[in-house]
Order: sequence, then structure tokens, then C-alpha cells
Amino acid sequence: MTTSTLSRLYDSDIAWNFRHSWMARISTVTLLLLFAAALFAPLLATQNPYDISQLFLLDSELPPSWVEGGDPRYLLGTDQQARDLYSSILYGLRLSLIVGFASVVLAAGLGISLGLIGGFVGGMVDGAIMRVADILLSFPAILVALLVNGVARGILPPDQHADAAIWVMILAIGLTNWVQYARTVRGSTMVERRKEYVQAARINGVSGMGIMMHHILPNVLGPVLVIATINLGMAVLTEATLSFLGVGMPATQPSLGTLIRIGNEYLFSGVWWVVIFPSVVLVILVLAVNLLGDWLRDALNPKLR
Amino acid sequence: MSTPLLNVTGLKKSFDLSQPFLNRLFSGDERKFVHAVDGVDFSIERGTTLSLVGESGCGKSTVAKLLMGLTHPSDGNMRFDGNELAGMSAGDPPDVRRRMQMIFQDPFASLNPRWRVARIIAEPMKSFGTHPDPSERRKEVDRLLEFVGLSAADGEKFPHEFSGGQRQRISIARAISTKPEFLVCDEPTSALDVSVQAQILNLMRELQRELGLTYLFITHDLAVVNYISDYIGVMYLGRLVELAPAEQIFAAPQHPYTRLLLETVPDITMAHRDMERPAGEVPNPITPPMGCHFNPRCPLATDRCRTEKPEFLPYGSSRVRCHAVQEGRADQAVLREDL
Repeated sequence: MTTSTLSRLYDSDIAWNFRHSWMARISTVTLLLLFAAALFAPLLATQNPYDISQLFLLDSELPPSWVEGGDPRYLLGTDQQARDLYSSILYGLRLSLIVGFASVVLAAGLGISLGLIGGFVGGMVDGAIMRVADILLSFPAILVALLVNGVARGILPPDQHADAAIWVMILAIGLTNWVQYARTVRGSTMVERRKEYVQAARINGVSGMGIMMHHILPNVLGPVLVIATINLGMAVLTEATLSFLGVGMPATQPSLGTLIRIGNEYLFSGVWWVVIFPSVVLVILVLAVNLLGDWLRDALNPKLR
Repeated sequence: MSTPLLNVTGLKKSFDLSQPFLNRLFSGDERKFVHAVDGVDFSIERGTTLSLVGESGCGKSTVAKLLMGLTHPSDGNMRFDGNELAGMSAGDPPDVRRRMQMIFQDPFASLNPRWRVARIIAEPMKSFGTHPDPSERRKEVDRLLEFVGLSAADGEKFPHEFSGGQRQRISIARAISTKPEFLVCDEPTSALDVSVQAQILNLMRELQRELGLTYLFITHDLAVVNYISDYIGVMYLGRLVELAPAEQIFAAPQHPYTRLLLETVPDITMAHRDMERPAGEVPNPITPPMGCHFNPRCPLATDRCRTEKPEFLPYGSSRVRCHAVQEGRADQAVLREDL
């Protein structure tokens, strides 16, 4: 049973397409390396950048090890608080990916549910959901995220800001990005709900909930995968932008965006490495995700074959 | 005389095609309705087949949807074995709906592409609770698959692995899984090749014989109708215009529209018939003609036909909705053309 499923997967169009696209393979390998680096950050890092007792202020602002004045203990150099940049990037990548994935899950869950309900129920419910979506779409995403962030910070007491930062980020980005999912799923739901297999289920007394969950949902999930992949890149970028603007992850728990902001402040004093290395990692991550998403969209689109 | 299994009286369904209120206010348009089903009466005896025929858009598929509760009638009654169905939703009440099933037109849309065949066939049994035990249900699925001419191993496959005819067999297996007495068949063969059509029709006749099923068969294909029906109802723009035993419709059609339909069937044995070809297209159902809906195309139309709606009255062993037939003008007209 499992072997037949596996061999069927291997023989499928999409697997063939994957084996014959060097772009897809390179992005996948890059992403897997980055995911592994983030997952095993505590093992790969030479110090814990969150632990102040491990930092030696005398080692601050050291250049990368291969540059004159560099220290072999600090491969990519240190920042002004003597944090090892290599370790900081690993931990920052971890935070960026956690926020990215969690916000995609939140946005997809919210968007799929609302799109499914709107498309299936129709009428006033559909109208209400879609008008909210339209309003959200008329603002730039970063503005909505800033708004959610500001409101959350206003509600929470100041001493919890640092701890809650990651949750606030996930909420802010997730609430911004659900519209795309909702629109796509709503459209496909309206197509599926008219099909005869849905009528057959209604004749047989299956409830509206049962039809939505068991009949329509599996048939509308295809495009969601593509959106979710491309959305992951967007979410990581939004997180970096918010952190760069200083409203995201705090300096004590830096994400990639926070590291870039810190580095940016010292750029003109000749400390280039603090801004360059996190930026390169961020660019590679987002580029790999987007290339994979583009490939997936083309591979799943029968019109482009 | 036994009571019919299904008795439909004065069934009406109109769809509101009006613009939204605000648009109407500005454009000054009136409310627009299309009367898809405009007062249909028929009944079906247990174990027999009634076919509804007519051009596309005449409301025959709407009748099927009304019976199954997929849409609600605007007026009229539908009694199934003494149970009133008007106002009841699909699947409700379960103990009555279990006994009515439907076979759909498009075998490529009527099976969920993401479900395995066994799950598709088992769905009605699970939903209506006729076989609560999963292993028993699975056994019944295997039996049904073999009963409709597939194999038990096919239950593990997905619908896309089958041909159109095989999919229609799966549809039939699903429909008979709850041991229904009444099947609505909405053009079950129109999406199939002619050779496969015959197989499916034979299977359905066999089912009728073995399970004592009652069919409401909806189609536009008169060859299919001839093969399967006991009674035939001819529909035109939402109204039944003629309802008669099958052999009588083919031997002695009364209503001018029925005659038109029969003449358009390409059939060697009918080659000697005069081509009495009424002019015109099917009128727009939103603004049907006054009086008899058929009058613009009818060679026998008089002023009375253009103003007064004909009633659906008995005529011999059939019922006809035509002034010309009821006035005795129809037979003379045919006679005159034969001379």
C-alpha cells in the first residue's frame, strides 16, 4: 500500500517535473540546508547569543576571522555587544522561520475557513467576509501589520513586550495575509459546490458541515499550496521589515531583520559585516522560497505544460 | 386500483432573475421571473417507468431537483408513498429520503475525484445509517460493485481510473446502496457513447426487474425513451403537454409538439411521414407566449390558442394540453395534409 503510493508519487508529473528542473532542485537543497541550520542552531552555534554571561565585551566589533584583526573564534566577526555574528545569524534565522511558518499557518487556516464558509454559504455571510477582505487589501500589508502590532503593544503591559514580541509578530503577519487564501478558496468553493457530487451528498443527507469538510475542502486545497509557499517568503520579509523598523523582535532576541537594523546603525563607522551577512542569508532564504513557489505554480498549472 | 408510489400535483417552480432592488429602482425594470416548472401533474405506479422528455430548458431537470429536495417548489404537492415532500430539504426526513435516490447526468462530476470508489458507494449507507458497522458496510460495497458489473477490487481505485460507462455503474451502485424503491435518473446516458448507453440501459432494466424499482427517467433522447418507458410525459416550457402510455405516444401522438419531436427522430421506419415542420425557435422562457406556449410554432394555432391557456385534460387513454386536440381539429389537419 505505502510502496504503491510512493511509486505513484515518484511517477507523477510533478515528481518528473522536479527531477528535470535544476532551479527547483537547487532551491530545495538550499532551503533544506537553511531549515537544518535553523533547527540545529543550538548544536551548530559557538555561543548562545541570548546568554549575556557568555559575551565578552572586549571582543566587540571584531571583523570576520579572515580579515586582518579577526579572531578565529568568531567566524563572521562580532557586533558591538560582542555577540558572535555566526551564532546570532543561526538563532535569528530560526526566529525568522518560526515567525514565517507560524504566520503562514495562521493566515492559511483563517483564509481557508473564511473562504470555504463564504463560498459555500453565500449571501450576507459571504458579503461580510469579502468586504472585510477588500478593506484589508486596500491597505499596504506592512501598514496593517504595523497597526496590529501597535494595538497589541498598547494592550500588553510594557514588561511583557519582549516575551510577547514573537506572538505579536505572528498575529500581525497572519492577520494581514489571509485575504489571498480566502479569495482563492472562495472562488474554487463556488465552482465545486455546484458540482453533482455535492448534490449527491446533499440527497444522501450529509450535513453542510460534512460537505464542506469532506467533499469540498480536499478539492480546493491545490492552489493553496502554491500560495502558502510564496507567502512564506513574503512573511519572512514582512517580519524582517517590521524588525528593521524597530517594532519587531527586540535587540535581546534578534531575528535577521533586527540584526540588519543593528548593523545598519554601525555601517558608517566601517563595521560592514554586521549588516552584510544577515542580509545575504535573508536574500538567499527568500529567493529560494520564491523560486520554489514559482516552480510549483508552473508545475501545477496544466495550461503551461 | 393501487395507489401510485409518487403523486405530483400542480408543481411549480419559478426563479427570481430580477436585478438587485437598488439597480431596479434606478433602471425602472420590473421584477423578472422564469417559470421553470409551471404546474406539472403526474403520478407513477410502483414498478413502472415514467419518462419526461423535452428540449433543453423545458424544466425537466428542475422537476428532478424538486423531487429530491435540492430546490424548493414555489407551489404544488409531491407525495411519495403518502409522505408530503414539498418544503422538505434534501435528505429530510431520512427514513423517506433513503427510499429515493438519484443518478446524475455527468459521470465525471457526480463522483468526488478525491474519494476512493468504496468510500463513494458507502456514503449513503453511512449517512442514512443503514449499515452502521464499517466491515459490514465494506462487504455490502463489494457486493454492490459486483452487482453492477465491476469487481470488488475496484473499490480501492479513484474515479479517474474508470471510463464514463464504468463511472455511471459506480453512480448506480451508490444510488441502490440504501435499497431505494424510487430512482430519479437525470439523463443518465446522455454523456455516454451509444454502445455504452445500451449497456447502462440494460443494467437499469435488469435492476428494475430484480429490485422492483420505480423510475422517473429524464431525457431528450426519444430512442432511449422508447426502450425503457411505460409512460411518457412530454414537457414544453415548464408545462406537461402530453402524458400517455409509451406505445401510444409513438403510435398515435396527439399534441402538435409531440408530433414535432417524433418527426425529428432520425428513424428509417418513419421515413414515409410528412415533414410537417413548424417554424420558429423555442421562445424565451422569461417571456413565454400568451395562451398556449407552443402557439408561435404550431401549425394548428388559432386565436383561441394565442389567448387562452389550454387545460391538461384526458383524451382517450392519455392526457393532452391542446385546444386543437380537444376541439377535434388535430386529426382533420393531419388528414388534410395526407390527401
